[in-house]
Amino acid sequence: MSQVTHKSRTLIAAIGDEDTITGLLLAGIGDVDAHQRANFLVVDSKTTQEQIEEAFTSFSKRKDIAIILINQHIAEDIRGVLDEYKAAFPTVLEIPSKDHPYDPLKDSVLKRVQLLFGE
Amino acid sequence: MSGARDNVFPTRMNLTVTKTRLKGAQTGHSLLKRKSEALTTRFRVIVRKIEDAKLKMGKVMQNASFSLAEVAYITGDISYQVRESAKSATFKVGAKQENVSGVMLPAFESQVQASGSQFELTGLGRGGQQIQKTRAVYIKAVEMLVELASLQTAFVILDEVIKLTNRRVNAIEYVIIPRIENTISYINSELDELDREEFYRLKKIQGKKKERAANAQRELERKAAETLATADDNDNDDEHGAAGSSDTRNILSEQNDSDIIF
Repeated sequence: MSQVTHKSRTLIAAIGDEDTITGLLLAGIGDVDAHQRANFLVVDSKTTQEQIEEAFTSFSKRKDIAIILINQHIAEDIRGVLDEYKAAFPTVLEIPSKDHPYDPLKDSVLKRVQLLFGE
Repeated sequence: MSGARDNVFPTRMNLTVTKTRLKGAQTGHSLLKRKSEALTTRFRVIVRKIEDAKLKMGKVMQNASFSLAEVAYITGDISYQVRESAKSATFKVGAKQENVSGVMLPAFESQVQASGSQFELTGLGRGGQQIQKTRAVYIKAVEMLVELASLQTAFVILDEVIKLTNRRVNAIEYVIIPRIENTISYINSELDELDREEFYRLKKIQGKKKERAANAQRELERKAAETLATADDNDNDDEHGAAGSSDTRNILSEQNDSDIIF
Protein backbone atom coordinates (compact mmCIF):
# COMPACT_ATOMS: atom_id res chain seq x y z
CA MET A 1 0.00 0.00 0.00
CA SER A 2 1.57 3.27 -1.05
CA GLN A 3 1.81 5.86 1.65
CA VAL A 4 1.02 8.74 -0.66
CA THR A 5 0.13 11.84 1.31
CA HIS A 6 -3.16 13.26 0.25
CA LYS A 7 -2.53 16.67 1.66
CA SER A 8 -2.90 18.18 -1.78
CA ARG A 9 -6.37 16.75 -2.25
CA THR A 10 -8.62 19.39 -0.86
CA LEU A 11 -11.42 20.06 -3.32
CA ILE A 12 -14.89 18.63 -3.63
CA ALA A 13 -16.04 18.27 -7.24
CA ALA A 14 -19.68 18.00 -8.26
CA ILE A 15 -21.64 16.79 -11.27
CA GLY A 16 -25.32 17.46 -10.92
CA ASP A 17 -28.43 19.24 -12.02
CA GLU A 18 -28.82 22.95 -11.63
CA ASP A 19 -30.46 22.99 -8.23
CA THR A 20 -27.99 20.58 -6.69
CA ILE A 21 -25.04 22.52 -8.03
CA THR A 22 -26.48 25.82 -6.87
CA GLY A 23 -26.93 24.52 -3.36
CA LEU A 24 -23.45 23.02 -3.26
CA LEU A 25 -21.90 26.16 -4.62
CA LEU A 26 -23.72 28.14 -1.97
CA ALA A 27 -21.98 26.00 0.59
CA GLY A 28 -18.72 27.09 -0.94
CA ILE A 29 -17.21 24.15 -2.74
CA GLY A 30 -16.97 25.91 -6.08
CA ASP A 31 -13.49 26.50 -7.42
CA VAL A 32 -12.13 27.77 -10.71
CA ASP A 33 -8.40 27.38 -10.95
CA ALA A 34 -5.80 29.28 -12.94
CA HIS A 35 -6.48 27.23 -16.06
CA GLN A 36 -10.15 28.15 -15.98
CA ARG A 37 -11.01 24.63 -14.97
CA ALA A 38 -14.06 24.46 -12.78
CA ASN A 39 -14.60 21.66 -10.33
CA PHE A 40 -18.28 21.42 -11.07
CA LEU A 41 -20.47 20.60 -14.03
CA VAL A 42 -24.11 21.54 -14.43
CA VAL A 43 -25.98 18.82 -16.27
CA ASP A 44 -29.19 19.79 -18.05
CA SER A 45 -31.25 18.36 -20.86
CA LYS A 46 -28.70 19.54 -23.41
CA THR A 47 -25.70 17.83 -21.85
CA THR A 48 -24.54 14.76 -23.74
CA GLN A 49 -23.35 11.57 -22.16
CA GLU A 50 -19.86 12.10 -23.56
CA GLN A 51 -19.63 15.44 -21.84
CA ILE A 52 -20.60 13.88 -18.54
CA GLU A 53 -18.15 11.03 -18.98
CA GLU A 54 -15.41 13.44 -19.95
CA ALA A 55 -16.05 15.62 -16.92
CA PHE A 56 -16.02 12.61 -14.63
CA THR A 57 -12.81 11.24 -16.11
CA SER A 58 -11.03 14.57 -15.91
CA PHE A 59 -12.16 15.09 -12.30
CA SER A 60 -10.97 11.65 -11.34
CA LYS A 61 -7.57 12.32 -12.89
CA ARG A 62 -7.00 15.64 -11.15
CA LYS A 63 -4.69 15.50 -8.19
CA ASP A 64 -6.37 18.21 -6.15
CA ILE A 65 -9.84 16.68 -5.96
CA ALA A 66 -10.65 14.47 -3.00
CA ILE A 67 -14.36 13.80 -3.46
CA ILE A 68 -16.65 13.73 -6.49
CA LEU A 69 -20.34 14.23 -5.78
CA ILE A 70 -22.73 13.09 -8.48
CA ASN A 71 -26.50 13.00 -8.64
CA GLN A 72 -27.74 9.46 -8.79
CA HIS A 73 -29.86 9.90 -11.89
CA ILE A 74 -26.84 11.31 -13.72
CA ALA A 75 -24.74 8.47 -12.37
CA GLU A 76 -27.18 6.13 -14.07
CA ASP A 77 -26.26 7.67 -17.41
CA ILE A 78 -22.60 6.85 -16.98
CA ARG A 79 -23.12 3.67 -14.96
CA GLY A 80 -20.62 1.80 -17.12
CA VAL A 81 -17.79 4.20 -16.37
CA LEU A 82 -18.67 4.27 -12.69
CA ASP A 83 -18.74 0.51 -12.35
CA GLU A 84 -15.27 0.38 -13.86
CA TYR A 85 -13.97 2.98 -11.43
CA LYS A 86 -12.13 1.24 -8.63
CA ALA A 87 -9.63 3.81 -7.33
CA ALA A 88 -9.76 4.95 -3.73
CA PHE A 89 -9.06 8.60 -4.57
CA PRO A 90 -11.01 10.60 -5.41
CA THR A 91 -14.02 9.04 -3.71
CA VAL A 92 -17.22 8.96 -5.73
CA LEU A 93 -20.37 9.67 -3.76
CA GLU A 94 -23.82 9.32 -5.27
CA ILE A 95 -26.33 11.80 -3.89
CA PRO A 96 -30.04 12.12 -4.50
CA SER A 97 -31.57 15.06 -6.26
CA LYS A 98 -34.80 16.92 -5.77
CA ASP A 99 -36.73 14.69 -8.14
CA HIS A 100 -34.89 11.44 -7.65
CA PRO A 101 -34.67 10.07 -4.14
CA TYR A 102 -31.76 7.91 -3.19
CA ASP A 103 -31.89 4.30 -4.28
CA PRO A 104 -29.26 2.12 -2.63
CA LEU A 105 -29.73 -0.66 -5.15
CA LYS A 106 -28.20 1.39 -7.94
CA ASP A 107 -25.17 2.64 -6.09
CA SER A 108 -21.92 1.36 -7.66
CA VAL A 109 -20.08 1.23 -4.38
CA LEU A 110 -22.81 -0.63 -2.55
CA LYS A 111 -23.04 -3.07 -5.41
CA ARG A 112 -19.46 -4.06 -4.72
CA VAL A 113 -20.36 -4.63 -1.10
CA GLN A 114 -23.12 -6.99 -2.11
CA LEU A 115 -20.71 -8.82 -4.36
CA LEU A 116 -18.43 -9.34 -1.42
CA PHE A 117 -21.07 -10.59 0.95
CA GLY A 118 -23.65 -12.00 -1.39
CA GLU A 119 -26.40 -10.34 0.55
CA MET B 1 6.36 -39.12 -3.41
CA SER B 2 4.00 -37.03 -5.57
CA GLY B 3 3.57 -33.31 -5.18
CA ALA B 4 5.99 -30.43 -5.46
CA ARG B 5 8.86 -30.24 -3.05
CA ASP B 6 11.94 -28.11 -2.67
CA ASN B 7 15.20 -29.32 -4.15
CA VAL B 8 17.45 -29.80 -1.15
CA PHE B 9 20.09 -32.32 -0.23
CA PRO B 10 18.60 -34.92 2.11
CA THR B 11 20.83 -34.26 5.10
CA ARG B 12 19.96 -34.16 8.77
CA MET B 13 20.82 -30.46 8.96
CA ASN B 14 18.46 -29.68 6.11
CA LEU B 15 15.80 -31.65 7.94
CA THR B 16 16.01 -29.38 10.98
CA VAL B 17 16.18 -26.29 8.77
CA THR B 18 13.07 -27.37 6.87
CA LYS B 19 11.23 -28.21 10.07
CA THR B 20 11.94 -24.69 11.32
CA ARG B 21 10.59 -23.29 8.05
CA LEU B 22 7.42 -25.30 8.50
CA LYS B 23 6.93 -23.84 11.95
CA GLY B 24 7.49 -20.35 10.60
CA ALA B 25 4.96 -20.86 7.84
CA GLN B 26 2.35 -22.15 10.28
CA THR B 27 2.83 -19.21 12.61
CA GLY B 28 2.61 -16.78 9.71
CA HIS B 29 -0.53 -18.46 8.48
CA SER B 30 -2.37 -18.18 11.77
CA LEU B 31 -1.28 -14.56 12.22
CA LEU B 32 -2.50 -13.59 8.76
CA LYS B 33 -5.76 -15.38 9.33
CA ARG B 34 -6.34 -13.43 12.51
CA LYS B 35 -5.52 -10.18 10.74
CA SER B 36 -7.97 -11.03 7.98
CA GLU B 37 -10.71 -11.77 10.49
CA ALA B 38 -10.11 -8.54 12.39
CA LEU B 39 -10.23 -6.55 9.17
CA THR B 40 -13.40 -8.28 8.01
CA THR B 41 -15.16 -7.49 11.29
CA ARG B 42 -14.16 -3.86 11.01
CA PHE B 43 -15.27 -3.92 7.40
CA ARG B 44 -18.74 -5.08 8.30
CA VAL B 45 -19.03 -2.32 10.87
CA ILE B 46 -18.12 0.25 8.24
CA VAL B 47 -20.56 -1.20 5.75
CA ARG B 48 -23.39 -0.91 8.23
CA LYS B 49 -22.40 2.68 9.01
CA ILE B 50 -22.33 3.52 5.33
CA GLU B 51 -25.78 2.11 4.76
CA ASP B 52 -27.21 4.12 7.62
CA ALA B 53 -25.39 7.28 6.60
CA LYS B 54 -26.56 7.04 3.03
CA LEU B 55 -30.18 6.81 4.06
CA LYS B 56 -29.75 9.77 6.38
CA MET B 57 -28.05 11.70 3.62
CA GLY B 58 -31.11 11.22 1.45
CA LYS B 59 -33.23 13.02 4.01
CA VAL B 60 -30.71 15.77 4.61
CA MET B 61 -30.37 16.55 0.92
CA GLN B 62 -34.13 16.63 0.66
CA ASN B 63 -34.28 19.25 3.39
CA ALA B 64 -31.62 21.29 1.70
CA SER B 65 -33.52 21.21 -1.59
CA PHE B 66 -36.62 22.52 0.13
CA SER B 67 -34.63 25.32 1.61
CA LEU B 68 -33.28 26.23 -1.80
CA ALA B 69 -36.77 26.14 -3.26
CA GLU B 70 -37.83 28.61 -0.61
CA VAL B 71 -35.06 30.93 -1.65
CA ALA B 72 -36.10 30.68 -5.26
CA TYR B 73 -39.61 31.54 -4.22
CA ILE B 74 -38.57 34.52 -2.19
CA THR B 75 -35.56 35.94 -3.97
CA GLY B 76 -35.92 34.52 -7.43
CA ASP B 77 -33.46 32.39 -9.29
CA ILE B 78 -30.00 32.89 -7.92
CA SER B 79 -28.33 29.95 -9.62
CA TYR B 80 -26.69 31.97 -12.38
CA GLN B 81 -25.17 34.46 -10.00
CA VAL B 82 -23.96 31.74 -7.69
CA ARG B 83 -22.32 29.92 -10.52
CA GLU B 84 -20.59 32.95 -11.88
CA SER B 85 -19.21 34.04 -8.55
CA ALA B 86 -17.67 30.74 -7.65
CA LYS B 87 -13.99 31.52 -7.78
CA SER B 88 -12.07 29.89 -5.01
CA ALA B 89 -13.44 27.21 -2.76
CA THR B 90 -14.14 28.16 0.80
CA PHE B 91 -15.18 24.64 1.69
CA LYS B 92 -12.24 22.32 1.50
CA VAL B 93 -11.33 18.97 2.98
CA GLY B 94 -8.22 17.91 4.79
CA ALA B 95 -6.99 14.36 4.74
CA LYS B 96 -5.41 12.54 7.63
CA GLN B 97 -4.31 8.95 8.00
CA GLU B 98 -5.62 6.62 10.66
CA ASN B 99 -4.06 3.31 11.53
CA VAL B 100 -6.72 0.63 11.74
CA SER B 101 -5.34 -2.79 12.69
CA GLY B 102 -2.30 -2.30 10.56
CA VAL B 103 -3.95 -0.52 7.64
CA MET B 104 -3.51 3.20 7.00
CA LEU B 105 -7.00 4.49 6.28
CA PRO B 106 -7.55 8.08 5.20
CA ALA B 107 -10.18 10.25 6.81
CA PHE B 108 -11.54 13.51 5.47
CA GLU B 109 -12.40 16.45 7.62
CA SER B 110 -14.34 19.48 6.48
CA GLN B 111 -12.55 22.78 6.53
CA VAL B 112 -14.88 25.69 6.15
CA GLN B 113 -13.30 29.06 5.87
CA ALA B 114 -16.00 31.00 7.61
CA SER B 115 -14.44 34.33 6.87
CA GLY B 116 -14.77 35.86 3.46
CA SER B 117 -17.85 34.56 1.81
CA GLN B 118 -17.20 34.34 -1.88
CA PHE B 119 -20.45 35.98 -2.70
CA GLU B 120 -19.61 39.24 -1.07
CA LEU B 121 -19.31 41.22 -4.21
CA THR B 122 -22.41 39.95 -5.88
CA GLY B 123 -24.88 41.34 -3.50
CA LEU B 124 -25.75 37.99 -2.10
CA GLY B 125 -23.20 38.12 0.67
CA ARG B 126 -24.99 39.75 3.50
CA GLY B 127 -28.38 40.35 2.15
CA GLY B 128 -31.02 37.73 2.16
CA GLN B 129 -31.60 35.97 5.41
CA GLN B 130 -33.12 33.10 3.54
CA ILE B 131 -30.03 32.74 1.43
CA GLN B 132 -27.88 32.67 4.51
CA LYS B 133 -30.09 30.06 6.06
CA THR B 134 -29.96 27.94 2.94
CA ARG B 135 -26.24 28.36 2.87
CA ALA B 136 -25.96 27.05 6.42
CA VAL B 137 -28.20 24.11 5.59
CA TYR B 138 -26.09 23.21 2.62
CA ILE B 139 -22.88 23.53 4.54
CA LYS B 140 -24.22 21.07 7.10
CA ALA B 141 -25.26 18.76 4.30
CA VAL B 142 -21.84 18.86 2.68
CA GLU B 143 -20.16 18.18 6.00
CA MET B 144 -22.24 15.06 6.28
CA LEU B 145 -21.30 14.12 2.75
CA VAL B 146 -17.64 14.52 3.62
CA GLU B 147 -18.04 12.08 6.49
CA LEU B 148 -19.75 9.64 4.19
CA ALA B 149 -16.95 9.99 1.70
CA SER B 150 -14.43 9.16 4.42
CA LEU B 151 -16.34 6.01 5.25
CA GLN B 152 -16.51 5.09 1.62
CA THR B 153 -12.77 5.47 0.98
CA ALA B 154 -12.07 3.40 4.06
CA PHE B 155 -14.44 0.81 2.70
CA VAL B 156 -12.75 0.63 -0.70
CA ILE B 157 -9.25 0.41 0.73
CA LEU B 158 -10.22 -2.19 3.35
CA ASP B 159 -11.86 -4.23 0.64
CA GLU B 160 -8.60 -4.44 -1.28
CA VAL B 161 -6.50 -5.18 1.77
CA ILE B 162 -8.83 -7.97 2.86
CA LYS B 163 -8.69 -9.54 -0.59
CA LEU B 164 -4.89 -9.33 -0.55
CA THR B 165 -4.60 -10.86 2.92
CA ASN B 166 -6.98 -13.68 2.06
CA ARG B 167 -4.96 -14.43 -1.04
CA ARG B 168 -1.80 -14.68 1.07
CA VAL B 169 -3.54 -16.92 3.63
CA ASN B 170 -4.68 -19.27 0.90
CA ALA B 171 -1.27 -19.28 -0.73
CA ILE B 172 0.38 -20.34 2.50
CA GLU B 173 -2.26 -22.92 3.28
CA TYR B 174 -2.47 -24.61 -0.11
CA VAL B 175 0.95 -24.09 -1.66
CA ILE B 176 3.72 -23.31 0.79
CA ILE B 177 2.90 -25.67 3.65
CA PRO B 178 2.28 -28.74 1.46
CA ARG B 179 5.57 -28.08 -0.31
CA ILE B 180 7.47 -27.96 2.94
CA GLU B 181 5.71 -31.08 4.24
CA ASN B 182 6.60 -32.92 1.05
CA THR B 183 10.21 -31.83 1.42
CA ILE B 184 10.29 -33.13 4.99
CA SER B 185 8.88 -36.52 4.07
CA TYR B 186 11.31 -36.74 1.15
CA ILE B 187 14.28 -36.02 3.42
CA ASN B 188 12.99 -38.52 5.97
CA SER B 189 12.59 -41.26 3.41
CA GLU B 190 16.06 -40.65 1.99
CA LEU B 191 17.60 -40.71 5.44
CA ASP B 192 15.77 -43.96 6.25
CA GLU B 193 17.09 -45.51 3.09
CA LEU B 194 20.64 -44.44 3.91
CA ASP B 195 20.20 -45.95 7.35
CA ARG B 196 18.93 -49.15 5.86
CA GLU B 197 21.88 -49.30 3.50
CA GLU B 198 24.27 -48.70 6.38
CA PHE B 199 22.57 -51.35 8.46
CA TYR B 200 22.71 -53.85 5.61
CA ARG B 201 26.37 -53.11 5.07
CA LEU B 202 27.18 -53.65 8.73
CA LYS B 203 25.25 -56.87 8.85
CA LYS B 204 27.05 -58.14 5.75
CA ILE B 205 30.42 -57.31 7.27
CA GLN B 206 29.50 -59.00 10.51
CA GLY B 207 28.41 -62.03 8.59
CA LYS B 208 31.65 -62.14 6.65
CA LYS B 209 33.66 -61.71 9.83
CA LYS B 210 31.83 -64.57 11.45
CA GLU B 211 32.42 -66.76 8.44
CA ARG B 212 36.09 -65.95 8.41
CA ALA B 213 36.36 -66.68 12.10
CA ALA B 214 34.53 -69.97 11.69
CA ASN B 215 36.78 -70.92 8.77
CA ALA B 216 39.89 -70.06 10.71
CA GLN B 217 38.73 -72.13 13.62
CA ARG B 218 38.09 -75.11 11.43
CA GLU B 219 41.52 -74.75 9.85
CA LEU B 220 43.08 -74.73 13.26
CA GLU B 221 41.28 -77.79 14.38
CA ARG B 222 42.11 -79.61 11.18
CA LYS B 223 45.78 -78.79 11.49
CA ALA B 224 45.86 -79.94 15.07
CA ALA B 225 44.21 -83.18 14.12
CA GLU B 226 46.76 -83.66 11.29
CA THR B 227 49.81 -83.09 13.48
CA LEU B 228 48.72 -85.65 16.00
CA ALA B 229 47.93 -88.16 13.32
CA THR B 230 51.47 -87.85 11.75
CA ALA B 231 53.19 -88.32 15.14
CA ASP B 232 51.30 -91.51 15.66
CA ASP B 233 52.30 -92.93 12.25
CA ASN B 234 55.99 -92.55 12.98
CA ASP B 235 55.70 -94.80 16.01
CA ASN B 236 53.91 -97.62 14.28
CA ASP B 237 56.00 -98.54 11.14
CA ASP B 238 55.10 -102.19 10.44
CA GLU B 239 51.91 -102.33 12.03
CA HIS B 240 49.29 -101.09 9.72
CA GLY B 241 46.36 -99.79 11.27
CA ALA B 242 47.96 -99.67 14.62
CA ALA B 243 45.23 -99.16 17.06
CA GLY B 244 45.32 -95.78 18.29
CA SER B 245 48.52 -94.07 19.12
CA SER B 246 50.44 -95.80 21.75
CA ASP B 247 53.07 -94.12 23.69
CA THR B 248 54.88 -97.25 24.97
CA ARG B 249 57.64 -98.85 22.99
CA ASN B 250 57.23 -102.40 21.80
CA ILE B 251 60.46 -104.01 22.91
CA LEU B 252 59.72 -107.19 21.05
CA SER B 253 59.83 -105.54 17.72
CA GLU B 254 63.08 -105.38 15.87
CA GLN B 255 65.17 -102.57 16.67
CA ASN B 256 68.59 -101.41 16.01
CA ASP B 257 69.99 -101.25 19.40
CA SER B 258 73.02 -99.24 19.89
CA ASP B 259 76.27 -101.24 20.47
CA ILE B 260 77.39 -101.79 24.00
CA ILE B 261 80.98 -100.95 24.30
CA PHE B 262 82.80 -102.03 27.42
